[in-house]
Amino acid sequence: MNLTLRVWRQPGPSVPGRLERYEAADISPDMSFLEMLDVVNEQLAVAGQEPIAFDHDCREGICGMCSLMINGVAHGPMKGTATCQLHMRSFTDGDEILIEPFRAGAFPVLRDLCVDRTALDRVIQAGGFISARTGAAPDGNATPVAKVDADRAMDAAACIGCGACVAACPNGSASLFTAAKVSHLGLLPQGQPERLRRVLRMVDQMDQEGFGGCTLYGECMEACPKEISIDFITRMNGDYLRASLSAGEPRT
Amino acid sequence: MSIELNARIPEGPIERKWERAKFEMKLVNPANKRKHSVIVVGSGLAGASAAATMSELGYRVKCFCFQDSPRRAHSIAAQGGINAAKNYQNDGDSVFRLFYDTVKGGDFRAREANVYRLAEISVQIIDQAVAQGVPFAREYGGLLDNRSFGGAQVSRTFYARGQTGQQLLLGAYQALEKEINAGGVTMFPRTEMLDLVVVDGRARGIITRNLVTGAVESHAADAVVLASGGYGNVFFLSTNAKGSNCTAIWRAHKRGAAFANPCYTQIHPTCIPVSGDHQSKLTLMSESLRNDGRVWVPKQKGDQRPPNQIPVEERDYYLERRYPSFGNLVPRDVASRNAKEQCDSGHGVGPGGYGVYLDFRDAISRLGEARIRERYGNLFEMYQRITDEDPYHVPMRIYPAVHYTMGGLWVDYNLMSTIPGLHVIGEANFSDHGANRLGASALMQGLADGYFVIPLTIGNYLAQGGLTPVTEEHPAFAVARAGVEARTARLLATRGSRTVDSFHRELGQLMWNKCGMARTAEGLREALDEIPRLREQYWRDVNVPGSGDSLNQSLEKAGRVADHFELAELMCRDALHREESCGGHFRVEHQTPDGEALRDDEAFAYVAAWEHRGDDAEPVLHREPLAFEQVHLTQRSYK
Repeated sequence: MNLTLRVWRQPGPSVPGRLERYEAADISPDMSFLEMLDVVNEQLAVAGQEPIAFDHDCREGICGMCSLMINGVAHGPMKGTATCQLHMRSFTDGDEILIEPFRAGAFPVLRDLCVDRTALDRVIQAGGFISARTGAAPDGNATPVAKVDADRAMDAAACIGCGACVAACPNGSASLFTAAKVSHLGLLPQGQPERLRRVLRMVDQMDQEGFGGCTLYGECMEACPKEISIDFITRMNGDYLRASLSAGEPRT
Repeated sequence: MSIELNARIPEGPIERKWERAKFEMKLVNPANKRKHSVIVVGSGLAGASAAATMSELGYRVKCFCFQDSPRRAHSIAAQGGINAAKNYQNDGDSVFRLFYDTVKGGDFRAREANVYRLAEISVQIIDQAVAQGVPFAREYGGLLDNRSFGGAQVSRTFYARGQTGQQLLLGAYQALEKEINAGGVTMFPRTEMLDLVVVDGRARGIITRNLVTGAVESHAADAVVLASGGYGNVFFLSTNAKGSNCTAIWRAHKRGAAFANPCYTQIHPTCIPVSGDHQSKLTLMSESLRNDGRVWVPKQKGDQRPPNQIPVEERDYYLERRYPSFGNLVPRDVASRNAKEQCDSGHGVGPGGYGVYLDFRDAISRLGEARIRERYGNLFEMYQRITDEDPYHVPMRIYPAVHYTMGGLWVDYNLMSTIPGLHVIGEANFSDHGANRLGASALMQGLADGYFVIPLTIGNYLAQGGLTPVTEEHPAFAVARAGVEARTARLLATRGSRTVDSFHRELGQLMWNKCGMARTAEGLREALDEIPRLREQYWRDVNVPGSGDSLNQSLEKAGRVADHFELAELMCRDALHREESCGGHFRVEHQTPDGEALRDDEAFAYVAAWEHRGDDAEPVLHREPLAFEQVHLTQRSYK
């Protein structure tokens, strides 16, 4: 198949970018979207031009490094699929495809399609953990965990931290990302001691990083490659309210 | 200067060695720990757990990763599970049995004392992970669930759906982020190590390149820990992440760290077959699928019928037929070699005939689709996304692919390389898996090294003293930096006619054909002839567009591929010298009459540790003899 690409090119963080047009010829429907970009990049390199920079690593849909807004949709048209697992059979011959970086105030562009998502790491730093120092743990079976709770925690923990929820949100909110971690840890008995402090600190950090507030558009859930439910945001809001009302929960 | 291989295995009975080692270690008192700095390169299971734990102990840690976040490290892609000798299933498991299975699974080419320690620590890892909130699968009573895995006859594998690596890595990542927040760890994402700095014979720092700004920087410390993973990407097509590379360990090797058993590579039996020339990487389907999936090929060569139309009596369930006691759960090397034999003899299925079926029909009729979905749902989805086929109704097609490298930098019992102060953990070292790694053991080793071994042994090293104050101003840093900058400049200045990827693909194809699943002396000699030629062409004709002072992914790849070339040559040299077959190293000349690997324990029961003697000199082989006092050397049998 033959495709026309319109790709965001930007040489650096402080330089303005623009859309460039490229032809992608003889693309196999069995190629992944990133393999299609590999082909275009090989052609650019042979022609002495700089290849399109895009983030990617595992190409198995689990590391969360790949991003891309494809025709205005985070990770492209296939539901529950990261860009690296999207295949060209989802497009038709002659299509024009618009490829942009994940855009959000908290995700500055570094180059072309690569953005800086370290704000998400700082949200985790603020409290997205259980303080269990190495060596101090009781036996793994000492505290039984109801299967429903373990399964629900796993549903939330499946987040790959790609930031599609932020890119899809009209407010640029990281609520789904944050709620997934708050819920994963808050659903488990091991996560209870820090539960209220955790939610306060993570939500505060999210605000400080410049992510927007959640107004329940639901776009995040649609874009999430792991189909994490927006119910977790409701759960986080409940925890946040409780934590805000409870006395003696230090924020820092 | 010649290196000396002293494994520093503690005295005493095997079950007391680790305890004894811990007692005999020199300690750094808590106030003094704050005065010591440690560099950790890599943030996967080994690196993140090591950095977090050393910071908890009080050391000042700098941690580096090339990805945009430590959470991306390729440990995240491990699917099936993690072994531990908990014996929660009451099926006769024990530390000794896990130790025994691992030594046997490694085809008697691992160091017994290290493996025993690994089995011992395995139980602590599960406790630690549960305490961190890793959502392992549980039974209805709330207790931890287990599954079985290749190479074992007990159920000792803990798992979190098909995302065990992800959940364990996130546990370690969260511990790391906790320590970053506490100020004990400084994190450097999008930063790549390009050289090791050795001062007075000790590892005292690294040279890095900031992948966003291109800045080449010096970092000094009292000790360096490499946790940079394996080198499967030498083959271009592998299940490794695209960025996984050998640069950190190769640069350390060139600075004096011996490289052990480079030819021991693991070809994983259950990967999705190659679909075309555009292929950029291969995708693993967890080995856990072999618990419920049955492997078969049509009995008739070249049978083109759709699989569901081939009646049972015309199918060859060759693993069950040849290995009745382990069946579909034989170790990876055995399963891979058998798949290759079936395809080479014309029984393969799918495009090009390079595939065998992994069929869930019987499991689905026995357990129902819902149970299978619960166990493997995400794997089935991934398969369907890539192949456009529904494995609930059509058998999967699988073929072996490069997956893991058992070889790596040589380390002693304390995980220190032949360069004092340079420690190596996780897949980057050679220590625990011998010539073949069992499934669900990589996660175990990475976390054992990171949480429980290195935080203690690093103290033992630092407490011995003798470290003079060294800063980034030391002349050795300037020399190393100049070398890195010159190399980068040379890659950018070549402006040849071929892309980095085209060279990498060619090298990978060569290695797959000559140093892959089946190796011959003739093929290896040809490879040793061709690789230097190709490498020479690379430096003359590679085209690296762009500049060095900004984010330049072509330049990143170019440096890594240059190192892959050099390592590839050492892999072939090692494979040629090892005139036997063992585990993942199968020399066609050395096999039993029924085609199994034939070891030569008289001549080759040793670790081959190679010393770099300069770019124009032959590497020198050093041998660490392996003594088997607990597990008797036998031919492995899974029949």
